[in-house]
Amino acid sequence: MTEPQDGSKIQISEIFGRSKKDVSPEGVYISGLRKKLLFIIIASVILVCVAIVSLGIGAVNISVSDTISAIAHAISPSDFAGPENEWYSTILFQGRLPRIVLAITAGASLAVAGAVMQGTLRNPLVSPFTLGVSSAASFGATMSIVYGASVFGALYYAQVSVGKYAISFSTVSTMIFSFVVGMISISLVLILGRRKDTSKSTIILGGVVIGYLFQAGVTFTKYISNDEALRDITLWLMGGTWNASWGSMIILVPIILIALIVLEGMSFKINTLSAGDDVASKLGIDVNKLRRDSLILSTFITSVCIAFTGIIGFVGLMAPHICRMFIGNDCRYLIPASAVAGALVLLASDTVARIIIAPSQLPVGIIMYLIGGAFFIWLISKKNVGEYW
Amino acid sequence: MVILSVQNLCQSYPNKKDVLKDVSFEAETGKVVSLIGPNGCGKTTLIKTICGVFGQKNGTISVNGVPLSSMSRKETAKVVGYVPQNVIYSGHSTVFDTVLLGRFPYVEWTYTKKDIGIVSDALRCLGLEGLSGRDIGHLSGGQRQKVFIARSLAQDPRFYIFDEPTNSLDLKNQLNTMKIMRDIVKEKKACLVVALHDLNLAMRYSDEVIVLKDGVVFDKGPPEDVITADMIEKVYGVSSKIFEEDGEFFVHLYEGID
Repeated sequence: MTEPQDGSKIQISEIFGRSKKDVSPEGVYISGLRKKLLFIIIASVILVCVAIVSLGIGAVNISVSDTISAIAHAISPSDFAGPENEWYSTILFQGRLPRIVLAITAGASLAVAGAVMQGTLRNPLVSPFTLGVSSAASFGATMSIVYGASVFGALYYAQVSVGKYAISFSTVSTMIFSFVVGMISISLVLILGRRKDTSKSTIILGGVVIGYLFQAGVTFTKYISNDEALRDITLWLMGGTWNASWGSMIILVPIILIALIVLEGMSFKINTLSAGDDVASKLGIDVNKLRRDSLILSTFITSVCIAFTGIIGFVGLMAPHICRMFIGNDCRYLIPASAVAGALVLLASDTVARIIIAPSQLPVGIIMYLIGGAFFIWLISKKNVGEYW
Repeated sequence: MVILSVQNLCQSYPNKKDVLKDVSFEAETGKVVSLIGPNGCGKTTLIKTICGVFGQKNGTISVNGVPLSSMSRKETAKVVGYVPQNVIYSGHSTVFDTVLLGRFPYVEWTYTKKDIGIVSDALRCLGLEGLSGRDIGHLSGGQRQKVFIARSLAQDPRFYIFDEPTNSLDLKNQLNTMKIMRDIVKEKKACLVVALHDLNLAMRYSDEVIVLKDGVVFDKGPPEDVITADMIEKVYGVSSKIFEEDGEFFVHLYEGID
């Protein structure tokens, strides 16, 4: 060791100040940390830029400078003048921002759920979508849309005011139904994976089958729905962010934020699972509890987002893999990196979906199926994908 | 001196006959203890039971009289370090990050400079410092095996429990790794309990040898007393000759006996 081996933590200044040419083990580690932090910082900056551009795009195109001045004015009205057209602020903050917040939140949640599921099940091909959790959660949400009023009666239509926004109980009901059915599906996957001889492909095939089962449920529910419910369900299932409103975002964002922080707190333990259950338990981990808790939380964040967006596939698969290629498998960094990358992928796709056939809009789910499908084919064609866990 | 005591240990798999029957032995710090025996004799089961991977059916496993089962998970991790026969790893992890996992029992969330130093020393000890930044998925089987041994060094337990750690290593690396482990055991006053197939390695590096046959302890004691032509014939069904050169004993094997 060239430096004293004290019990102090590594400072940010040491991470960014150390020579890149240091090839000692310590230097290599510090260099890895720098790479991880830089990736997260750069991806975050790109995300903010894409969000600003995306805010300006729509039926009324607003320039980037007007968007930035509107944001600055909203943050500090006394220091910054707003855009010349006063109604730009209304379009930006009441019309478009909730949708962008939903895309960012859903993208981050699905990506983190994918990263955690891949880490805890040691399977690079699992994600909320490939494990059938998305289909199950969508079935739960469909049930809520069709039967919520029958189950909860007048309560289903009740609303609670928080400041100037109204939270509807139907939104909460959809989240609960999604989560409960999502949990049933992940439980089935866990039962399937309990046998030690279960292969990675068996879990994926099991997930596909479970997905089909819940898809059958969705189809049946659509079949027996009236025309109005059928239209709602069909549109919602295509996956989109057009349902976003501040009323729903003030429930969704804090819930997801807390869940992501808890998952980040578990990331250090999740890392040990990469060494296998036997070694992880000898490193001091209660493997079954960790796997159960992290999968419940992943299913939770997936389900509550799907309750708002419908099925959006492949974000949970793509984002963690893209991040892994750059920063490796340390979940302490992989989880925040995946959150930013997932948010970026979904926001960019949603922006494309909004403009590709303007003045109409495509559901972002369609774009994600196209990009994600190609990514999945590339992933399974990699020679060593099965060797990684 | 710290003593790992295994007393009257029995173990079985569901719907199968007993794999371990009344196994008892003691391993003390400062020594290398080799477990030898033919395939299926119960070496891996014994190691996994000691490490708590399998729950024990009967018997006690204790360290200085304190049952391992009464310790917290992290306490146990500081006492027993385990390298399994078939090691699982995750691609996209560097060698350094893989070895760093060994520090988990000592750390809450952030590694300190001390942890980084210990990991670096473990890598240097096994000659892996040049591979620190390499993806573990891109290493050879032998290099990877050394990385997992380095991880257990970083864990710094009192008892290293290795299940056939030299299987993927070439001759030179087998000798080097066993020598390094023996030196560490002596220097740190730790203990290595190691399952081995190579009787010459067991003879050369062990302070004590435990012979398992059909789940029972066939014999135990110093290697030169235990590894005899008679034992090899009875336990392995192979005829052999033990010869001595410059005070060291070697096993020469002939053909198997049907």
